[in-house]
Amino acid sequence: MNAPVLPTSLVENPRLDRWIAFLPDRTVRIATGKVEIGQGVVTAIGQIAADELDVPLDRIVVLSGDTDAGPDEMYTTSSLSIEVSGGSVRLVCAEVRAKAIERAALRLNCSPGDLSIEGGRFVQNGAATGQDYWSVAAEIDLSQDVTGTAPVKPASSYTVVGQSVPRADLPAKLSGAAFVHDVLPPDVLHARMLRQPSRGATLTALDETAIRRAAKGELQIVREANFVAFVSPDESVAQAAAVAAERYATWSNVRPIAPAEQEATWLKDQPAEDRHIGAPRPTSPPKNLARITVSRPYVAHASLAPSCALVQYRDGHLTVRSHGQGMHPLRKNLAAALNLPIEAITAQHLHGAGCYGHNGADDAALDAALVALRVPGRWIRLQWRREEEFAFEPVGPAMLVTLHVDLDDKGRPTDWTTEIWSATHVQRPGSGSGYLLATEAFADPPPEVKPTDPPEARGGGGTRNAVPIYDVQAHRILHHLVLRPPVRTSALRGLGALPNVYAIEMLMDELAAKAGEDPVAYRLSILSEKRARRIVELVAERANWKARGAGGSGRGLGLAMARYKNRAAYAAVVASVTVQETVKVDRVWCVADAGLVVNPDGARNQLEGGIIQAVSWTLKEQVRLDAQGIASRDWDSYPILRFSEVPEMDVAFVDAAGNPPLGVGECTVGPTAAAIGNAVAHALGVRIHDMPLTRERVMAALLKT
Amino acid sequence: MTIAFTVNGVAQRVDAPETTTLLDVLRNRLGLMGTRYGCGLEQCGSCMVLVDGQPVHSCTREIGTVAKRAVTTVEGLGTADKPHPIQQAFLDEQAGQCGYCLSGIVMSTKALLDRNPNPSRADIVAALDKHLCRCGTHQRILRAVERAAATLRGAA
Ligand code: FES
Ligand code: FES
Repeated sequence: MNAPVLPTSLVENPRLDRWIAFLPDRTVRIATGKVEIGQGVVTAIGQIAADELDVPLDRIVVLSGDTDAGPDEMYTTSSLSIEVSGGSVRLVCAEVRAKAIERAALRLNCSPGDLSIEGGRFVQNGAATGQDYWSVAAEIDLSQDVTGTAPVKPASSYTVVGQSVPRADLPAKLSGAAFVHDVLPPDVLHARMLRQPSRGATLTALDETAIRRAAKGELQIVREANFVAFVSPDESVAQAAAVAAERYATWSNVRPIAPAEQEATWLKDQPAEDRHIGAPRPTSPPKNLARITVSRPYVAHASLAPSCALVQYRDGHLTVRSHGQGMHPLRKNLAAALNLPIEAITAQHLHGAGCYGHNGADDAALDAALVALRVPGRWIRLQWRREEEFAFEPVGPAMLVTLHVDLDDKGRPTDWTTEIWSATHVQRPGSGSGYLLATEAFADPPPEVKPTDPPEARGGGGTRNAVPIYDVQAHRILHHLVLRPPVRTSALRGLGALPNVYAIEMLMDELAAKAGEDPVAYRLSILSEKRARRIVELVAERANWKARGAGGSGRGLGLAMARYKNRAAYAAVVASVTVQETVKVDRVWCVADAGLVVNPDGARNQLEGGIIQAVSWTLKEQVRLDAQGIASRDWDSYPILRFSEVPEMDVAFVDAAGNPPLGVGECTVGPTAAAIGNAVAHALGVRIHDMPLTRERVMAALLKT
Repeated sequence: MTIAFTVNGVAQRVDAPETTTLLDVLRNRLGLMGTRYGCGLEQCGSCMVLVDGQPVHSCTREIGTVAKRAVTTVEGLGTADKPHPIQQAFLDEQAGQCGYCLSGIVMSTKALLDRNPNPSRADIVAALDKHLCRCGTHQRILRAVERAAATLRGAA
């Protein structure tokens, strides 16, 4: 028999005891390298373990993101946690369950087949045996490697998976301390940063006397090359010092930025690494060419809380508490940046505000560590200022996407070229494409790395979802990876999926119009994938698409669909909008197919969150630049969707429990944006290609009609 | 200077410059971490508390101005084990993703329901519009407030 193919997480962390432990208080501790970022992953992983072990959910304790005791599963990204970490936990639990039954059978002098497990106890012919996991735990050798050969339960027998289970972390968040921001060890020192305005900028003068005067209190200034931090037992003193420092610092060699660089169109003439993926160039000239160009600007993660970290350096050991998306990678990256052996660092995850991708979390951890090394023995709580988070977190890259599609005489696509201009979508430290921010401020900063984008095998970055799900004979991508964007860019929920799906699905509506067909009927005529067809039909039905009527009335209904990364969850979305001078999204319907859904209510929560965030991006959001870099540094200059602007929502999963689970965090963003774009076109009779769909763009579009 | 006021019904005396923010005092001196920092500019609502029953941004409110007043924070409602009906309604609706915005929103909800036990959807939206939620939990939050209102009316 061939050895089973194990998930990467198990290949890299094969020992059972990295994943599971039976504790004396009759609980089971399940460890995962994935971390809670507001998506409910910890709860879902607990559900998987409860089912596979037959232990009640309230006996399962999930330890998440701990470099000492838990597995290394890299970052919590790309909607992969349930597939990869959940899949690993399932295999581990199945194996441990089998081993436990074996031990119990020996004790009871029966065959393993005679035993079953109920509520963690071994049962023989329906009768209690007095044995349970905890009574045999000492005899199970958890130092062995997982083999992946123990049979897992059939999905039809799940009793916990598939149920809506309340999130275990919410009660604390609703009533008191719950985040890394809220941990104040005795004697803690507060720290704030003065940031180097850009890579290569040099601090030529810092008026420390003036800063101390402004800070009004006990203050230590940690300064090395272009790294400056303000440390005080009084948080407001550290904060005041950092705010004042902006005025009292003189920098030279700051990278000049022109405001025009904030627009996606700027990308087109920039030095880039060019790739051609897919079908060769067409040999004959197009017969009936349709084209569309869309764009999205730089978009902020705009976490509600500025990044924060708590770090202590004591007796040669660095302890780091962080809300980053991966503690093992953080530990490695800190070790490299600080020149410490990796064993000298422990990194533990504590909750933060939602991050939606790579924000300032890891950078704040390095900032805090740099301070801690210079102020040993004390806990350092370093928090970014609000304006610092806006100005220095990596942002989601601007993108420009052009589609050239040749049509047959029935108006169906035959040859399709997608051309993409974008900066990299991943500069996570350790990825080879990025580094922790403060390393740039060192006397000898690491050499500038050439950015890369995630490979196609991992779903691509700028090219994510560039391949249409529709039936097309020949498809190619021309990808221009712009090498030197004006700002640091990195992963934002969905990566390139949103602009790519926006382009594809806007074009679909245009092609349908050209062919004189209904957009849903047109799509279905070139969509053979069954699961995709099903959600399109269902969402059209729920939204009463049939009653859509002619457009141009100021009210519109638009539809769009995609399968995230062309391999994760499917989502079809209908948006209904009212357009006067601005666009108001009144209602959104969404039907998703995510295979087996572990926690339906939690997964719906994620669909809803993805939809609202995508409405916000599509209607309102753009990072603004000026000569100093990012100029949109507060919520007034970077507005997001408010309570008075959020749509009503109707979201549902199709029953697809026979299929493996697929992550849902990101599947709605592209379809939501495109459904809005199509609804606005339906409302106005004219299309707006560039996001965000602001009042100015609506007015300009109206002038065209 | 010494400022005397009550927090969640308990008398407090704090020795601090009167321009110190209420948020700073609550978190760093009184250890009440449920009131959160988001922006420091009255733009996000993460820091909302009640002063004499009125919702107030504690990030800009100077401690000198709360002398002799009654401050209520989320800790003054209920605990994780014994939640207040408003907190319970948020749990029942699973109205939270990351949860960072919630404590402030709960406080605005408290002020709203104290003054208007039977608010319309529009009243709720108006009361919460100064709050940001980046995770997009808005619809669940609106339902949670309606549920809390119904529970509290039932209990009254
Ligand atoms: S922290 Fe007070 S409103 Fe944002
Ligand atoms: S739940 Fe994350 S900001 Fe509201």
